[in-house]
Amino acid sequence: MDILVYLIPVALFLGGLGLLGFLWAMRSGQYEDLDGAAARILFDDTETPRKGR
Amino acid sequence: MNIVAAPVCAHCGAPSPTSFCCDGCEGAHALVAGLGLDAFYRRREAAIGEMRPAEAPQIDFAPLARTEGQGAWTLELMVAGLSCGACIWLVEQALAAEPEVRRARANLSTRRLVLTWVGEAERANHLVGLVARLGFRVAPFSPACMRATEDAEGREMLRALGIAAFGAMNVMLVSVAVWAGGEDMGPQTRHLMHWLAALIGLPTVAVAGIPLFRSAWAGLRAGRLNMDCAVSLGILLTTAMSLSETLRNGDYTWYDGATALLALMLAGRVLDRAARRKARQSVAELLALQDGSVSVLGEAHPVPVDRVRPGARILVATGERLRLDAALEDAGALLDTAATTGESLPRSFARDEALPAGAVNMGAPFVARVTAAAADGSLAAMARLLERAEQARGRWASLADRAARSYVPVAHVVALLTFLGWMVLGGASWQDALVPAVAALIITCPCGLAIAVPAVQVVAVGALFRRGVLVASETALERLASADHAVLDKTGTLTEGKPRLLPGAWVAADLDAATALAAASRHPLAIALSRACPGARPALGVVEHPGRGMEAEGARLGSAAFCGVPDAGGMALHFTRPGHTPVTFRFEDGLRADAKEAVAALRRAGLSVELLSGDGADVVARIAAEAGIADWTAGATPEAKAARIAALREEGRRVLMVGDGINDAAALAAAHVGAAPGEGTDLAQAASDVVLRGGGLLPLAEAIGVARRAQRLARQNIRFAFLYNAVAVPVAIAGYATPLIAALVMASSSLIVIGNSLRAGRTD
Repeated sequence: MDILVYLIPVALFLGGLGLLGFLWAMRSGQYEDLDGAAARILFDDTETPRKGR
Repeated sequence: MNIVAAPVCAHCGAPSPTSFCCDGCEGAHALVAGLGLDAFYRRREAAIGEMRPAEAPQIDFAPLARTEGQGAWTLELMVAGLSCGACIWLVEQALAAEPEVRRARANLSTRRLVLTWVGEAERANHLVGLVARLGFRVAPFSPACMRATEDAEGREMLRALGIAAFGAMNVMLVSVAVWAGGEDMGPQTRHLMHWLAALIGLPTVAVAGIPLFRSAWAGLRAGRLNMDCAVSLGILLTTAMSLSETLRNGDYTWYDGATALLALMLAGRVLDRAARRKARQSVAELLALQDGSVSVLGEAHPVPVDRVRPGARILVATGERLRLDAALEDAGALLDTAATTGESLPRSFARDEALPAGAVNMGAPFVARVTAAAADGSLAAMARLLERAEQARGRWASLADRAARSYVPVAHVVALLTFLGWMVLGGASWQDALVPAVAALIITCPCGLAIAVPAVQVVAVGALFRRGVLVASETALERLASADHAVLDKTGTLTEGKPRLLPGAWVAADLDAATALAAASRHPLAIALSRACPGARPALGVVEHPGRGMEAEGARLGSAAFCGVPDAGGMALHFTRPGHTPVTFRFEDGLRADAKEAVAALRRAGLSVELLSGDGADVVARIAAEAGIADWTAGATPEAKAARIAALREEGRRVLMVGDGINDAAALAAAHVGAAPGEGTDLAQAASDVVLRGGGLLPLAEAIGVARRAQRLARQNIRFAFLYNAVAVPVAIAGYATPLIAALVMASSSLIVIGNSLRAGRTD
């Protein structure tokens, strides 16, 4: 059962990473436009170079 | 797929004999092609006729731009017609092609466009004009849009859901080990596992439970036992019992049940909000397009309505809606007061006569003196009345709350009896007695029950949204399902609310020639004529004599006096041209195409139908006969309408009121459930629970069908959840329930309830 000493922290750490990722995505507004995000992925890159944002 | 397609306009997709239906579309197409963005036409999902470029909004956008420093400006706009990914692509690319634009980002869910550019604030109007020329209708992102979009509570709930889901999954990881380990797991290892579960479970419940606990507390303080109270108590007690089991190293802890229940509850809540938020946004979008500005004499730019002071002199253009209470300064004016009184024929006003806000100018442009600022005017007074009525309606107890009210005490008494039973009769210690008691509570804890109603609502509201029926308020669906009497307004509800050309003693060539003149004008009758003959191209050299008519190459279209023919009364345009006999085009506010069918459908749904109008008796009688309504009232003032609704209420009827005018707003708010067409006035829409975006009344009858089906399914779900409890609770009381059984019960009952709810979107 010694393996638990490693496995459980590793499992929790990975899960925590997922949670942090979710919180970050929410804070940076990625849940604001779910419909638009679904459509945007299909846009081609434009040939005209876009100006710096 | 139809291969030999009917000819359509290359830009907006509306049926058109030529490749473009109008000059606006031709210009828009050239603009798109010029920018090298023709890919748009291949990518977009079919949108018929919605993208016809209208006139650019008459608002000065420059003062609305926010400075970002270093010469950069940001403007937020509401862009109606953004309906697919290709639309946001087109708008963003077209704006990005402008050299000064630094950033253009459109949001497909909220229809919000955030635009940043460098240079002068005045460029705002150019950039807005560009979007308008593409065929999108643009309005400033109003505070109402903002309120509908900014959903801080919803965001908090989503965050809580993320945390609860994380917690539930990780607690489950530990719990499964305990369930599987059984006898093989040593007491020390088990204790470690319990503490690990507590380490994850306690903070999860404490953080993610906040939205739920807050709602439960609000309910308790208002003296109401709602579903959230039951769930909160269940979660808190389960957590407390688990902590006690952790401390004394019992067989099982129940953190997984508590966190999973929390996650499920929040998921139902988040979905429910998302569905309604979409509807609310669409309503705000409709309203934002109506927000207007006023031409004040002495001001260079039109002024937003709420900044006009009493005493200001305003110019009201032909076809414009008067947005403020005013007194006429010119000698005479002809106004369509359908929105305020329901009269279908335009009325003449004399000098110094008070003009009602909401009326539309049907004659020549006139000057009027504003008598009250927007905040003190009749429209604002009406809006305040509506708010009060709205609050009264907010007290309607939803099905879920009614179920909770009868169910929660029973569940709690059962849990308490279990606890006492084990302690007193079974002689168990209080910790031991607590386990079966709380197990009973968490199994009865209305997991299936709690999502039984939201799940159905999400599916039904979503299905109605796709059909153009916007359900904005929380209990609207339930109230719609229980309506048993429909009161319809005439002008703008049963009828189209805009004049339509009647057949008469004229031939197609007359119509073509007259439309060529009419196309140049914004007069409502001229617009109606153009609508009757969409193919016609405007003639060259048309001179408009405001309030009288149009003239070109000797041909005249306009009032009887202008054309030199005898006046025939009613809504009519006269047309004379050299070498032809004079023609009269008569107009009428005609019945909606689906009105008759909709009335029949309402009857089939078991609702009695009556017509309540402010218009004259002869017109109302005729429209009632056409629509097949036997019961009608004419000449009803706004007060009379509200009184009629109140009288019906007294009789115990549940009234569905459908109306579009300012004069209907009070009745709409007083009714059991109110519905307004999408083109109705903003007040009517604000007073309604349901807004019909698509035009036409038939969707309303369908909506009743969907609402009833949804209610039936919600009841089924609740009954099912009760049944489940009846089987599972004895197991828990007897002390045989383990967290594994609780998890299975919870998951399976939720899945069945959700599966059943998916049927709510189908129509019978």
